[in-house]
Amino acid sequence: MTMTTTPTTTRHSVVELTQVSRWYGNVVAVNDVTMTIGPGVTGLLGPNGAGKSTLLHMMAGFLAPSGGSATLNGRRIWRNHEIYRLIGLVPEKEAVYGFLTGWQFVLSAARLHGLPSPADAATRALDLVEMSPAKDRRIETYSKGMRQRVKVAAALVHDPQVLLLDEPFNGMDPRQRLHLMDLVRQLGEAGRTILFSSHILEEVERVAQQIEVLVAGRHAASGNFREIRRRMTDRPHLFRVRSSDDRRLAAALIADASSSAVSLTDQGVEVQAVDFSRFTSLLPKLARDLDIHLWQVSPTDEDLESVFSYLISRSSA
Amino acid sequence: MNAVVADITYRAMLGRKRIWLLALLPAALIGMAALLRLIGGPDEHTAVTLMQTFSIGTMLPLLGLIAGTGVIAPEIEDGTIMHLLAKPISRPVIALTKFAVAASLVAVFGALSTFVAAFLLIRDESGVAYGFTLGALVGGVAYAAVFMLVGVLTRHAVTVGVIYALVWEGLVGGYVPGARSLSIQQWAQSIADRISSSAFLTSNVSLGFAVPAMIIVTVGALVWAGQRLRSLSLTGDE
Repeated sequence: MTMTTTPTTTRHSVVELTQVSRWYGNVVAVNDVTMTIGPGVTGLLGPNGAGKSTLLHMMAGFLAPSGGSATLNGRRIWRNHEIYRLIGLVPEKEAVYGFLTGWQFVLSAARLHGLPSPADAATRALDLVEMSPAKDRRIETYSKGMRQRVKVAAALVHDPQVLLLDEPFNGMDPRQRLHLMDLVRQLGEAGRTILFSSHILEEVERVAQQIEVLVAGRHAASGNFREIRRRMTDRPHLFRVRSSDDRRLAAALIADASSSAVSLTDQGVEVQAVDFSRFTSLLPKLARDLDIHLWQVSPTDEDLESVFSYLISRSSA
Repeated sequence: MNAVVADITYRAMLGRKRIWLLALLPAALIGMAALLRLIGGPDEHTAVTLMQTFSIGTMLPLLGLIAGTGVIAPEIEDGTIMHLLAKPISRPVIALTKFAVAASLVAVFGALSTFVAAFLLIRDESGVAYGFTLGALVGGVAYAAVFMLVGVLTRHAVTVGVIYALVWEGLVGGYVPGARSLSIQQWAQSIADRISSSAFLTSNVSLGFAVPAMIIVTVGALVWAGQRLRSLSLTGDE
């Protein structure tokens, strides 16, 4: 795959949210969030419905905070169209002007920005996302991934200092996904401030140096991906184990400090492991020493919801 | 005014099925005029009645509705307007450009077809063709502004617009004398009456009221739409 060199940037921009809340009637979508998004790639991670899009739209000036403030380089974002000289936005909604060709769409973005050489800027942006070969086709004939890439091209056409992407990898095939991930990483390394939202930890891990976790509208955790991964791994895990001798296995497990609670149920042994790595190395060793056959070892709370719930319970503790 | 916004809006309005919606009623008006011409000598009274009831009474508000809401409401509904709004262009300029597109479409499809139909019926007799053309032009501009505002204010723009055009203008304006003063249709007829010397054309609203009212409503709707667009909230799919 050929990668087009991304332009370098020297100025750094900072998006700042201070005690930002947003509610719709009685429903609180975002609750008292304070965060600073600086140069580099930041991943906004959270389950569906966590308020990621709401937060991103407040950063993009498409939603007024009900409380608190959202600023870019100290300037208010809401009702300030001048900030779009610095911001590029890739919304999650798929809708684009289907009757335009990819070229017309990106060129229109360049002209709306009042760039001195809109055609050159549009060519460069389409090259960046590898959409030049399909640029003369109408957007309505594009696949979901192609639409996503042409939206990214339009957002990059004015070489923005800040790039906001809402679930940018949705609908892309693996090759397109890797290419966009590379591009986002390069832009981050060039000093741009990039924020993208996702509900997939692995996706965020691969691209972002900094991760902000949002759960149920609240800022649950913040840190680099190693820190977030460690906090997710170190939480208590609930395992269900079925074996040839559940009773003996339960007695052996409770004797070790890696488990805080062990109970016998109709489905086998339920173990609350407080030290994940110690438990996972202890279990096969015990089974071998006691000559017990393990039929099934399955985590019961590995879904993202429970991981996020744990994070938010820790952050509020 | 922004040329790129206008270009995209014209393409959206004319490059798709919506052009048939815009062309249908003017074609029907011209068709009726041609038919009347064919089946017998149409008189001035017939021409004025057709212009009053169909051209200004039915076609103009519906064209205003199609063009006024069409230039902006679908884009707000599906989120494509983000492409325009996430740019360093003042939102009132975007609103003004979209209004200019809607007004030009109503002028071409509404006023032009009115002139062709009236001229086909009675040529330039008593200035009926000129009067109704100017009335349709000015009324169409006001309708475009009002319905574009409705398109910005509510996601149910077409429903609200149809209720306004048919219930208020068609029903209440027709039977309640006081309501006629607050009807774009009546203002347009007042202008037509001023230009035409036809004895069959009488307006219920004075020109001294109609013209300022038309200006206030058009400018007011534009300013309101521009300000509303500045505060437009768009959310994601969450």
